[in-house]
Amino acid sequence: MSSHAIRFSDVTLSYDRHPAVHHLSGVFETGSLTAVVGPNGAGKSTLLKSLVGEECQVEGRIDFGSLKPHDFGYLPQAASLERQFPLMVADVVLLGAWRRIGPFRGVTRAIAREAASALAAVGLKGFERRQVGSLSGGQMQRVLFARLLLQDARVLLLDEPFTSIDGATTRDLFGVVQRWHLDGRTVIAVLHDFEQVRSYFPETLLISRRVVAWGKTADVMTDENLARARGASEAWQEGAGICVESEARI
Amino acid sequence: MSLYSSVALPFLEYGFMRRALLASISLGLGAGPVGVILMLRRMSLVGDAMSHAVLPGAAIGFLVSGGLSLFAMGVGGIIAGLSVALLSGMVSRGTVLKEDASFASFYLASLALGVLIVSLRGSNIDLLHVLFGTILSIDHDAIFMVGAITSFTLITLALIYRPLVAECFDPSFLRSVRGRGALYHLLFLFLLVINLVAGFQTLGTLMSVGMMMLPAAVAQLWGRTLLAMAIIAACVAAFSGFLGLLFSYHLHFASGPTIILVATVIYLLSLVCAPSGILRRRLKRPHLVG
Repeated sequence: MSSHAIRFSDVTLSYDRHPAVHHLSGVFETGSLTAVVGPNGAGKSTLLKSLVGEECQVEGRIDFGSLKPHDFGYLPQAASLERQFPLMVADVVLLGAWRRIGPFRGVTRAIAREAASALAAVGLKGFERRQVGSLSGGQMQRVLFARLLLQDARVLLLDEPFTSIDGATTRDLFGVVQRWHLDGRTVIAVLHDFEQVRSYFPETLLISRRVVAWGKTADVMTDENLARARGASEAWQEGAGICVESEARI
Repeated sequence: MSLYSSVALPFLEYGFMRRALLASISLGLGAGPVGVILMLRRMSLVGDAMSHAVLPGAAIGFLVSGGLSLFAMGVGGIIAGLSVALLSGMVSRGTVLKEDASFASFYLASLALGVLIVSLRGSNIDLLHVLFGTILSIDHDAIFMVGAITSFTLITLALIYRPLVAECFDPSFLRSVRGRGALYHLLFLFLLVINLVAGFQTLGTLMSVGMMMLPAAVAQLWGRTLLAMAIIAACVAAFSGFLGLLFSYHLHFASGPTIILVATVIYLLSLVCAPSGILRRRLKRPHLVG
């Protein structure tokens, strides 16, 4: 079986030459369930964006193994949705099947059934014909999870999926994440709630513009590491010089 | 005056009225749905900018062909409109300027150029007619052109419906599945430009955007689904064309402004009466059980 691991070798991600994350090395193993934790501005979202090719400059090497762009399912932090667009919930969920239906092919019965069961899986059974604009924030997040279910991606990137979501919804959506994990898919989620991380995620990557610790959650989420992460969150500096670590390598 | 003589007779008696009617109904059928999507994409003002942007193209076409050549002016308009769309797209992708800012800069430049060119031949009545619209100038070629543009628009919209809707609703998702959103966005801008050009004859370059935006606003007040909105907009646009022509015939008004004002009246009535209008919001109704 080919490897679906994602390997970072000395990767620096930057905007306008200011690094969001620098000198990142390590591996997201196939089928791993990893929480990405760190203070605000630590580069967590940038890390996920670099995996789906959203805009940021990448130095170093990210080895995707046999993964192709369509193998990634990405749930952005604040999805830039046009919520007032007159679409039904089913329309949005079915977009998840883009790889199979593309711009022109018809939606088969099987795919429609899949969409219905994806909606049921996120607790929105029977919501197919509801207008998107009438959904609450939590319901919309469930719809986006259902769309991800249909995407059938090998790697799932979730950027703060449970922020401002109630406890019951969070539990339901965690159920979905667990299902992905059991299927052997790789899941990488940015989270802020340490309780959630400790109880659901076997692996954790703690970053603060560079790797503070990466590995088993219990080893990573120590008071000492967390304190280091807080201390290391350097501010974005206007007149920053060239990074010495990269100078040494030139 | 009987209903027959006031409503039907002008069209039965005069060929130019029949042609104008055909052209404006056809125009409405294509421009209405385009307007709905434009408005839902929050690009209403881009439509307005584009209508100004096609002006120099039409004027140059007029000067180059040395007369009232619909073809030359149409091609000129399409080239000018698309150039502004492409340049604005490139600027907004390549720099920090947002799309509305770059559209604003280019359409102003384009409008200034257009006005300058018009002023060189300011006294020419033909040119003024095209810029501000006249039903008298609609000949068979014009009808064929408008009909072709409408057919092309409706067929293209049907073909690119899914990716276009996806691009409107969630562009970053379409990007993540490599859905080529930019291509469909561009195709849509192309439809916008050719529909503005189709409106040259009846409405004039500056007002042809009115045939899109007002019916689209009406459709948003009445319709709930995208398909319903598109159908409502097309009907409202076509009906405004019919009624506007009738008024302009009887009252000797210029056709373009009259058609747009009829659409405006429908819009104002809808603002009050429509399901999502003012009256319904003010009305206190008991809430449902669930």
